[in-house]
Amino acid sequence: MYTFSILVEYLFMAWTALKTHKLRSILTTLGIFLGVTTIITIFTTIQGINEYVLGELSNISSSSIYVQKWPWGFHDDWWKFRNRKEITYKEYEALTEFATIPDYISPLVFSFKTAKYRTVAYEQVPVIGTNEQYKDTDNVNPAVGRFLTELDVQRNHKVCVLGDDVAKNLFKDEVPLGKRVKLGTDKYRVIGVLEKRGKIFGQSMDNFVVVPIGTFRRVYGGHRGMRITLMIDDISKLDDMKEEARGILRRARKISPGDEDDFALNQQDQLTDMYKTLTGTLFAIVFVIGAISLIVGGIGIMNIMLVSVTERTREIGIRKAIGAKRRSILIQFIFESVAIASVGGILGIIFGFLGGSIVLSQMNLATGVSLTSILIGYGFSTFVGVVAGFYPAWKAARMNPIDSLHYE
Amino acid sequence: MLIEVKNLKKIYKLGDIEVPALRGIELTVEKNEYISIMGPSGSGKSTLMNILGCLDVPTEGIYVLNDQDVSKMMDDQLAEIRNKQIGFVFQTFNLLPRADALHNVELPLIYSGIPRAMRRKMAQDALEKVGLGDRIHHKPNELSGGERQRVAIARALVNNPAIILADEPTGNLDSNTGEEIMEIFQQLNDAGNTLVLITHEEYIANHSHRIIRLLDGLVQSDDRTN
Repeated sequence: MYTFSILVEYLFMAWTALKTHKLRSILTTLGIFLGVTTIITIFTTIQGINEYVLGELSNISSSSIYVQKWPWGFHDDWWKFRNRKEITYKEYEALTEFATIPDYISPLVFSFKTAKYRTVAYEQVPVIGTNEQYKDTDNVNPAVGRFLTELDVQRNHKVCVLGDDVAKNLFKDEVPLGKRVKLGTDKYRVIGVLEKRGKIFGQSMDNFVVVPIGTFRRVYGGHRGMRITLMIDDISKLDDMKEEARGILRRARKISPGDEDDFALNQQDQLTDMYKTLTGTLFAIVFVIGAISLIVGGIGIMNIMLVSVTERTREIGIRKAIGAKRRSILIQFIFESVAIASVGGILGIIFGFLGGSIVLSQMNLATGVSLTSILIGYGFSTFVGVVAGFYPAWKAARMNPIDSLHYE
Repeated sequence: MLIEVKNLKKIYKLGDIEVPALRGIELTVEKNEYISIMGPSGSGKSTLMNILGCLDVPTEGIYVLNDQDVSKMMDDQLAEIRNKQIGFVFQTFNLLPRADALHNVELPLIYSGIPRAMRRKMAQDALEKVGLGDRIHHKPNELSGGERQRVAIARALVNNPAIILADEPTGNLDSNTGEEIMEIFQQLNDAGNTLVLITHEEYIANHSHRIIRLLDGLVQSDDRTN
């Protein structure tokens, strides 16, 4: 009869065996401990980073297509993309004229300029040339004043909208609205200041100035490559929008049928996918490293269990003589092996979390205790305990009671 | 009839050579008997004891214990019989060194799946029967030889077995202590237990009521003592 009480008894036996050989048990479980610590540390770290990165990526609109020279992600044949023609104003015009699906289209060219207000200078400010729809495609909102209007863009007004950082740096406590700011060579009237957006990947999202695209091209030249953003409210039509844009762009760039696109249509998925591939690889590597140390740890446990079984041959004989079945002996030694491995596993979980938290706190990221990693850590160590303990326990279970009783 | 042994043979194979240890033992034991098995080394008494104790099975012949034919049982069935029907007392005590007296006596009950509270009570009672009621939490190395053997006896009788087998139970004890142990056996027999002793000492055998002498794997004599 296998009752709960007998299982408690096995646990008690395992615990007694551990206590009797404290140092030996600890040394034995070191391999498991290091394996689990490694896995949990990296697991915790990656999870912390994941949460952060995926959170940040969600800032990039998933209902937009970005027309660019370079595709996002990692590519081997970078030279192919390097030799491409830039995306120019011509493509922007073609898209605005022929595309019917996008709800918003905005161009984007930029250049670093020194911004100046009276005596205050602020260097290396990205000046962005775009249109009034940039407000929607890039989700910027004026905190004071207004954003560019269609009229500003059509008439090439010399007006600008300041990012929060730029406004603070140039104007301190003054009101910027209506003031004239010099961007490089020319002066612009400030018509608005944007709401603060904070940082993404540690970089400020408020350090820029927006001016009408026509004005930008006239003042700073029209040869620069640009990025065009196409956005849609109904995300289910994203692919249609993409294909339509592809057709228009191929025609505008005179690509013969059968030739490859010489432009990229980027979307947020690519970044998420790229990130997932990256962390997937990392997970695989960690898994392999962890698995190796767990195997080594398991061999250590098996070794010690074999020694322990031999040392306790007489005990096994006594137990069998008074009625222990094979199964009882088997379970007893497997429990013991699992107990040794679990000690390493539990310590590994604790130290792994500490390790992960330290790494994440160095990166200023939040740490979370995840049930998954506890289960992974404990599951792995238990599994190793069972596997490593099985052969020695089976050997013990098969011992002949007469011979083992007379073992010296 | 508690034990019935017919034409019991045990042959050990050492390579190509067959060594007969038992060559056809005939034996019956009634309930509440007190028997000694004697014989010189090599007479087969240890082999007989192992088979009677269900630690081993015969090569040939029949062994019926308590109406069950145990001569052809498998490992785990034998373990069950040992647990329920047989109590062992060994020359070298064979206690678990790290467990206290109570836990040692509890051991057979653990394997028969008896709940903890009941187990403790039964083990304590058994220890009191052998006069160790005040020593239950001592470990074997904190006990004298005689006390250790008494713990072993308590362990042997705790499951209320059909038969108690004692293999040279006084062999590692001085003669005074040996006498004490023999008194306990007498008390157990008086209380209705069946005892089988293996010994090579006449004065020990004389405590029992029947002496079986073995020679070369056969029963040489089977006499009642007075």
